[in-house]
Amino acid sequence: MDIRVQSESFDMGAELNSFTARVEGAGAVVSFSGLVRDVAQGDLDRMQIEHYPGMTEKALTAIAQDAITRWSLADAFILHRFGDLRAGDPIMMVCTAARHRADAFAAAEFLMDYLKSRAPFWKKEITGQSAEWVEAKSEDEDALKRW
Amino acid sequence: MLELRYFAWLRERIGTGQEQIDTKAETVAELIEEIKALSEAHAFAFSDLTAIRAAVDQELVEFDTPLTQAREVAFFPPMTGG
Repeated sequence: MDIRVQSESFDMGAELNSFTARVEGAGAVVSFSGLVRDVAQGDLDRMQIEHYPGMTEKALTAIAQDAITRWSLADAFILHRFGDLRAGDPIMMVCTAARHRADAFAAAEFLMDYLKSRAPFWKKEITGQSAEWVEAKSEDEDALKRW
Repeated sequence: MLELRYFAWLRERIGTGQEQIDTKAETVAELIEEIKALSEAHAFAFSDLTAIRAAVDQELVEFDTPLTQAREVAFFPPMTGG
């Protein structure tokens, strides 16, 4: 398992290659990368991501461990950024490796659902006119119920 | 002394991300009442508890959680990662 919380940008291709090279005994690797979306008006200046150092790493480790146990994963990787990001920048990435693709896909979705509302990150969108904290969506909380 | 941490708009409304409190509160809910009494900014920040989550020693908890042995309690809005 590899958990990384960093302000620096990352190369998703290089991360996926390095994850795949480390994995042993898997027949399927799934990766997901999230990018900063522009706001509706299309004038996002930047997105600030705040986090709770210490708790973030603990929460991500617990979520990844849960996924590894539940889907018998060969390995899992979570990378999440904090700090100032711009539209189009990569925010986060998850990779899962399993014997079969169904487990790798399900585990990747589980990781995404959980880290959206159980890992201590908060996003703020700053445009030319305003600075607003992104509100949690009830769909995100509901998404946890399917697991 | 208990270490308090605030994040996101809670931190902005209170004006600091970290402070200490000398408390006899036995639960998170009792602690919140003591924090609200600290200043108008604190009371305003904690006016809608449905919009606030808590962590005791970096574990997400419910408000009725006892504070036995707690060293650090954090308050923040629902998380928006991913």
